[in-house]
Amino acid sequence: MPELQLSGPEADAARAAEIRQSPLAIRGLTVSYDQKPAIFSVDATIRPGAMTAIVGPNGAGKSTLLKAALGQVKPLSGVTTVYGAPLDAMRHRIAYVPQRASVDWDFPTRVADVVAMGLYRQLGLLGRFRDTHRSLVQACLERVGMEEFAGRQIGQLSGGQQQRVFLARALAQDADLYLLDEPFAGVDAATERAIIDVLKSLKAEGRTVVAVHHDLSTVREYFDDVLMLNVRKVAEGPVSEAFTTKALEAAYGGRLATAQIDRLAEAG
Amino acid sequence: MLLEALTFQLGYNATLVTLGAMLLGGAAGVTGTFLFLRKRALVSDAIAHATLPGVGMAFIVMAAVGLDGRWLPGLLAGSAVSAFAGLLSVQWLVSRTRLSEDAAIGAVLSVFFGFGIVLLTVIQTMATGGQAGLEGFLLGSTAGMLFADAVLIALGGALVLAIVVLLRRPMTMMAFDPGFAAASGLNPGRIDLAMMGLVLAVTVVGLKVVGLILIVALLIIPPVTARFWSDRADRVVLGAGLFGAVSGWMGAAISASAPDLPTGPIIVLVAFGLFALSFAFAPSRGLASMWARHRRFQTGVHLRQGLLSLAQGQPIYEPLTLRLLQRRGLVRADGVATDEGAARAARALMDERRWDVARATPEFELAAARYDGLARIEEVLTADQIAGIDARIAGPREARA
Repeated sequence: MPELQLSGPEADAARAAEIRQSPLAIRGLTVSYDQKPAIFSVDATIRPGAMTAIVGPNGAGKSTLLKAALGQVKPLSGVTTVYGAPLDAMRHRIAYVPQRASVDWDFPTRVADVVAMGLYRQLGLLGRFRDTHRSLVQACLERVGMEEFAGRQIGQLSGGQQQRVFLARALAQDADLYLLDEPFAGVDAATERAIIDVLKSLKAEGRTVVAVHHDLSTVREYFDDVLMLNVRKVAEGPVSEAFTTKALEAAYGGRLATAQIDRLAEAG
Repeated sequence: MLLEALTFQLGYNATLVTLGAMLLGGAAGVTGTFLFLRKRALVSDAIAHATLPGVGMAFIVMAAVGLDGRWLPGLLAGSAVSAFAGLLSVQWLVSRTRLSEDAAIGAVLSVFFGFGIVLLTVIQTMATGGQAGLEGFLLGSTAGMLFADAVLIALGGALVLAIVVLLRRPMTMMAFDPGFAAASGLNPGRIDLAMMGLVLAVTVVGLKVVGLILIVALLIIPPVTARFWSDRADRVVLGAGLFGAVSGWMGAAISASAPDLPTGPIIVLVAFGLFALSFAFAPSRGLASMWARHRRFQTGVHLRQGLLSLAQGQPIYEPLTLRLLQRRGLVRADGVATDEGAARAARALMDERRWDVARATPEFELAAARYDGLARIEEVLTADQIAGIDARIAGPREARA
């Protein structure tokens, strides 16, 4: 009987092994801003080498989950492990793409300088910025199709170009786990294609991609796994199993029309 | 007189003051840049005002144990302690309550300053003597500057610069994108604290020269001035150091060249003068340049719209458009296009059609991003690409024919 496997030492061992291998394993995570929980007791185990979408309605705690995983907000309770170890020991294996709107784009810096910030772990406080670093920055910009913009002041970029520069900076970090906060928000179609191509190439290299995603219509096309949130976890697993009518209804409630939900769930 | 002061030939004390002010200005400009880029410039005002109770307490303590209450290192140490307490109060209010930083700064600044004034008043009534001159910390007093004071400023300034060189990368990353900096393994709290520590050091060192009320000007005005001249953080830092040093040097020299000119306020006014010049005349970000750019763009838009109207045989109502076209000999006084005007109009219409196609075609996405309604497509795309676009424009017509 399969239910029996849910307990006992063997099951515990299997679960422990799963957490050890997982690029990002979250257990019982609760984060609260002033009494109101933003996410409540969420468990999630990200599959290595897969592309996972974190979806859910506004205020579901998607970005909060990412920030808690990165140690940027302090959880009330819960444990997060990265490749089986505490976050601080594994930070060098994580690359992060924050929301584009989180920075001031009038900051005095050029595109290449922003990408070079992704090399900080290599360079350290005083390490010299050599030609190898310069060509690495250029290679990262080429991967996102922004090589011609290296010398531009960042204030001159369009929204989509800004997002691609952020992605290039994360590429420079050369990590195993890529965490992206709404990488497709407010970008043009060409940028969306460029970004998804890069993310798929990361996956092809065996890296893990986790993205907060807001466009339900592209979940099936872009991602392997889905983690559906609405403060609590609603569903988790391969898109074909977890991205269902039932789960969408539970997560979004009345916020999506029934016809819309059916269309999304059946599209696969 | 002024020339002698600027070339350090106006006597021992004036030379000391001028050198000290120059070093202080440089260190303050460099440090202030990170504060300015981090958008926390006003915290320096809270730190500066919070030095006053420390000065008063240090005086009282030193006088009570029988030392000279005016011993400068002791007073500065006291000011550093209370400035640090002020800084921690601001941090605590922001992180533990719902107060925003500006409100926390206002509260801390005024309470600490008020307390400091009370202490100074109490000191005036004490029987110890030697209390004269403590008010000099409010607006600076360089008249009695000693060689040891100048050495203190020089050492403090050099130390601050060394730490800035060491921490320039993390501080720049924190200023641009704190979330990413933290994800890269930097400790945001510690880097901010280091930055504030530098500000505190500059403030304490500068108390004697410009005083606690005006030190904030030396921390903020040079970076803002330098920002007009560069779009690169490292150059803004260098420029701010330069503007700060020039302000200190010229300000101190001017005040030394005439009797009864206060050093600190003159330094600040010189810094403002540099700011005003930059604000007006800096290339690209200056007022004159922005105005010229706007005019150029406006002229371009009017000409383009006028030519497109001509090409499509529509009347031109805007007087400015008509005037611009007439002045260039594209339109006769009665509003009819000249030969050259008609030719340019046809070219403009062609260009517009090509742009329409380019902007609708994904492969030209990067080029289309440069569309501003004015640039001719030949400046952005190659001849081959334009030929491809022309084929698309002609295409459907051939199909219909």
